[in-house]
Amino acid sequence: MSEPRVMIMHAPGTNRDREAAQASELAGGAPEIVHINQLIAGNRELKAYQMLVLPGGFSYADDLGAGQLWANDLVHRFRESLDNFVRQGKPVMGICNGFQALVKAGYLPGPGDGALQVRAEQRVTLTFNRSAHFECRWARLRAEEDGPCLFTQGLAEDIYCPVAHGEGRLAVADESVHQELVEDNLVVLRYVAPREPADAGDFSASVPVHERAGYPHNPNGSVDDIAGICNRAGNVFGLMPHPEDHIYPQQHPRWTRGESGGLGLVLFQNGVEAARDFM
Amino acid sequence: MDRVYRVEVIPLPGEMPEDYLLSDIAALNIRGVQRVARADLYFLRGDIGEQEIKRLCDELLVDPVVQRARWGLASEPVSTPEGAVRIEVGLLQGVTDTVAANLLSHAHLLGVTDLHDAASAQSYLLYGQLAEEEVEHIVERLLYNDVIQYFEIGQLESHLHVELPPTEARAERIPLTQIEDENELLHLSHERLLALDVDEMRAVQRYFREEGREPTDVELESLAQTWSEHCIHKTFKGVIDYTEITDEGTTRERIDSLIATYLSAATDEVRKPWVRSAFVDNAGIVDFDDDYAVSFKVETHNHPSALEPFGGANTGVGGVVRDVMGVSARPIANTDILCFGPLDTENGALPAGVLHPRRIYNGVVAGIEDYGNKMGIPTVNGTIYFDPGYITNPLVYCGCVGIAPKGAHPRAVQPGDLVVVLGGRTGRDGLHGATFSSAKLTDQTGEVAGSAVQIGNPIEEKKMLDAILEARDEGLYTAITDCGAGGLSSAVSEMGEETGATVHLERVPLKYHGLQPWEIWLSEAQERMVLAVPPENRTRLREICEGYSVEMTVIGTFRDDARLHISYGDEVVGEMSMAFLHHGLPQRHLEGVWEQPDYREPTESLSEGEELGDALLRILGHANVRSKEDVVRRYDHEVQGGTVVKPFVGRRNDGPSDATVLKPLETAGSWRAIALGCGFNPAYGQIDPHAMAVSAIDEAVRNVVAVGADPERIAILDNFCWGSPELPDRLGGLVRACKGCYEGALHYGVPFISGKDSLNNEYTDRATGQQVAVPPSLLISALGIVPDIHRVCTMDFKETGDPLYILGETRRELGGSRYYALHDIVGQEVPRRAPDGPATARALHRAIAAGTVRACHDCSEGGLAVALAEMALAGRLSASIFLSSVPLGGEQEFSADWVLFSESNGRYLVEVREEDVGAFEEIVQDIPHGRLGHVNRGPYLVIYGAEKETLFSLPMEAVAEAWRGHIGGGIDAGRGVNV
Repeated sequence: MSEPRVMIMHAPGTNRDREAAQASELAGGAPEIVHINQLIAGNRELKAYQMLVLPGGFSYADDLGAGQLWANDLVHRFRESLDNFVRQGKPVMGICNGFQALVKAGYLPGPGDGALQVRAEQRVTLTFNRSAHFECRWARLRAEEDGPCLFTQGLAEDIYCPVAHGEGRLAVADESVHQELVEDNLVVLRYVAPREPADAGDFSASVPVHERAGYPHNPNGSVDDIAGICNRAGNVFGLMPHPEDHIYPQQHPRWTRGESGGLGLVLFQNGVEAARDFM
Repeated sequence: MDRVYRVEVIPLPGEMPEDYLLSDIAALNIRGVQRVARADLYFLRGDIGEQEIKRLCDELLVDPVVQRARWGLASEPVSTPEGAVRIEVGLLQGVTDTVAANLLSHAHLLGVTDLHDAASAQSYLLYGQLAEEEVEHIVERLLYNDVIQYFEIGQLESHLHVELPPTEARAERIPLTQIEDENELLHLSHERLLALDVDEMRAVQRYFREEGREPTDVELESLAQTWSEHCIHKTFKGVIDYTEITDEGTTRERIDSLIATYLSAATDEVRKPWVRSAFVDNAGIVDFDDDYAVSFKVETHNHPSALEPFGGANTGVGGVVRDVMGVSARPIANTDILCFGPLDTENGALPAGVLHPRRIYNGVVAGIEDYGNKMGIPTVNGTIYFDPGYITNPLVYCGCVGIAPKGAHPRAVQPGDLVVVLGGRTGRDGLHGATFSSAKLTDQTGEVAGSAVQIGNPIEEKKMLDAILEARDEGLYTAITDCGAGGLSSAVSEMGEETGATVHLERVPLKYHGLQPWEIWLSEAQERMVLAVPPENRTRLREICEGYSVEMTVIGTFRDDARLHISYGDEVVGEMSMAFLHHGLPQRHLEGVWEQPDYREPTESLSEGEELGDALLRILGHANVRSKEDVVRRYDHEVQGGTVVKPFVGRRNDGPSDATVLKPLETAGSWRAIALGCGFNPAYGQIDPHAMAVSAIDEAVRNVVAVGADPERIAILDNFCWGSPELPDRLGGLVRACKGCYEGALHYGVPFISGKDSLNNEYTDRATGQQVAVPPSLLISALGIVPDIHRVCTMDFKETGDPLYILGETRRELGGSRYYALHDIVGQEVPRRAPDGPATARALHRAIAAGTVRACHDCSEGGLAVALAEMALAGRLSASIFLSSVPLGGEQEFSADWVLFSESNGRYLVEVREEDVGAFEEIVQDIPHGRLGHVNRGPYLVIYGAEKETLFSLPMEAVAEAWRGHIGGGIDAGRGVNV
């Protein structure tokens, strides 16, 4: 097979799996939506895939906290295979609910330098939006230039895509955790707001932005406008917004005005490209 | 030895989100509460100690970054902080507790296998000065629902140690055949909440006399459900003696079935070959392209939402989604149209037992958000309408659109096929929903009909959907339907109408013990579907269901003798012919009278010059017109990735789109799409329901045509919410509306593909005896096919200098208009059929398809003026227009106010590129049109009058403030509205 195999993991309540599969396919991968029951039953094995996507949705209805029970599945059902997958450096992407699961399972941001483990105690979380309700709106994301994240390398454009969540506010145990994330370049995507309203249609990554995005550009009140983070190896990456919902120009909210740019597809392309190394 | 622990999970300071409970309490007129602190409570029973509890907290229950836990033995007293009242609410024993079930299974996964049972609950601390009865009021109205919960003011005791007493389940025989007295028959109907009238009770009596026995409760309940207004639409199928009294005299006629005469008749007469199924299936179905068909259904869930707003709206969405699953389709869009009393209604103005509009509004919005978002269905179209007429009868219309490969929906039950139930378990929830929705509300309804409120679980439905679509693709079932109103009774009887069915009620999986056979049969527990499955497919279906963790149970078999046979264990609890069940209902005879009301038109213009600008601002700021963005952004309208014209468009993503356009995920490679819109204007109904119907159809059509739908490919749905059909004035208006539906549908050549009526939206205040009907409310939903998404059109102005046109004639039709409402006038000249409407729609479509239209918006509530302001705002531009160029109809003398604010049908505002003017004008040459002016960059919207004099010029900043200034949280992050 010439395309890397991408597992789109489906837990009960996952609902953006088909879009993630479509984005992976468009990016050159060979996606397959795999229900966790298939993994539990042994009908599918994680090691047969070169990339893993944990898509958005409401796994287990978000009972006991968004992504919490899915995180427990990851840790207690699939730890060995997932640890190996991560340790090998294969790309893993968590979107929205998948991001929440990776954070609560301790894969993101993961342990400090030189650790043998790929997981750590949870020091970061995603919790209720400051607005106290679900938010569905488009957000502009800017990638940090430095850093290990294989998904966000070389982005010439900001990413423009919708958020759709009620528990997306990134919070840290204390300020030192935040400092560590920043210093180690683990913050890879931030919500941004162009300084000039006239620049709203220009997604070039050099458009000047406000120092702080503010609501609603930062739709959930995340600390330091953080939209996405990665682990130290750069192969595990999670974000709250939905790049899989902006892979065609016609999904842009202002495409009928002739505007374009900011496709989220690039994140999948980078992931799939990296996955080729494991074929 | 087992111990019961109590774990309280408390948000850390600063991590508590803003609490809407405070505003809900204020809406109850209770002012003493300063602060609310919530915590999640868990009771854990097992042979476990502190070590295990700590482990569960660390790994499962507590998010260490934002929460902390407090735990101890459940028997130990918990202290309550000074100045606070503790209220704790738990789920009744036996009620499915999905949180606890998930907790248990995941605790076992962690290796805490000696945890034997768990329960989840909620704890509230209310800080402030509160009287005892105020606390009770808060608990009863806001915090708990007695169908599923119990509470304690203080520390809650868990029920984890209590064993349920066994209950004997058996059917009861009801003495019916010997009753002679009519009142006694009616009493029986009332007492058992059957909602059957004397004729109907007599018909039941005759049947069982012939059978030579008394009916069982199972049979009686089955009949009441099958014959309920909700299920069989007896008013719409009844015989009506109709009298119409107008200025022109009095006419009388007899109408045999409103559906046959006006609604399905219209569908038959417009004869569209692309209609696949109209009024037959759970949802209407039309062709999408050569490979796919789309389905659409709209339901109402008014009564449940009036009593339990979150649960009512939540299950309203769940129910209509199952309707679409019931035609084997994948749901791809939800719609919702909501009607409430004004949010600033005084508490003192509320009749007894009625929830405050704010509480209903908050709960309904949250309920819709919860179900649609969790199922991953984009909520893309709808509106919110406020009127005092909806204080006692709020309306919740929920729609769902689905897509399926053509021919994927089988409808051929074979004798011998298994009766299979999929999905959630059956409980006591939602009993009597069908009959309850067919009865009227009083201040006591909240107390006596508690069990009619259902509980939703969207994840259960999502799992079931995933399983059903796989089963569909493998062709494993021969028929499918949802368990909606009437539960298994309705589903199995409908599917087995031709064949008959045997059902073993003891096989139905239950949420808890103690249900009587009739309760199992009638329960409206959510998230269940019934399938007819050939025995040879049983194993494969089970495999699929297990793959998605969906429960599947075979509860019986379809027969070949058209009889319904119901047993519980060894006992036969029901045995009837399907023919009687479905056709034994006597046709209703009703009387309807419509008398033209005598409202007066104002004799002179109501405002001039600058006042017109003020009027426009006031209309833009009215709750029915202004931006609904604060609500709509709580619905996920992006999931499934197909929303190519979003609910909000324009330069700042905040202009109100006429309709949404969806390109379904499964049809990659095709550019075809679906446009969804609606028409709703109950204000016209008080003047003439006929005009309301015609106008609602016109508006729904305009909305989808404005975004690029082909006017030859539009299907519509009707949803009536009305008062009691037993009162001749209510029914007379309903007949008038149906006549309008017929005329409007034929006028535009748009077939009805589905419809639903919710009658008896009446409230009786038992203290005063006063009976109030809901305003006559007809929703028309439209589904149009957009041939190519490259030719869609949005309503936002695109560029300075572009010429502006109006299409269609403006007549002096302001009856029921927003403008008259500003002046507390109803008026008589309500918008009527626009003769050129269809030709205009066709011409506009040609112009859009030719690429000559840059922006288009229909003129509806607030007329030309509001449409213009919205287009300018959406594009962050402005405009200058000359009213002298507006093509006028009728014989009324020009006056700026009516030209600006008339709500005449069939009109659109269109922006055209200068270089396309020639091509555009050629396309529209035969329809009324006028070149009004052009798009501007300046900060003012400028309107010129008949003599080209300046009438007013309005700062766009003021327009923005009026239309969206109410939206909280800072419109542009504290940087103000950028105009």
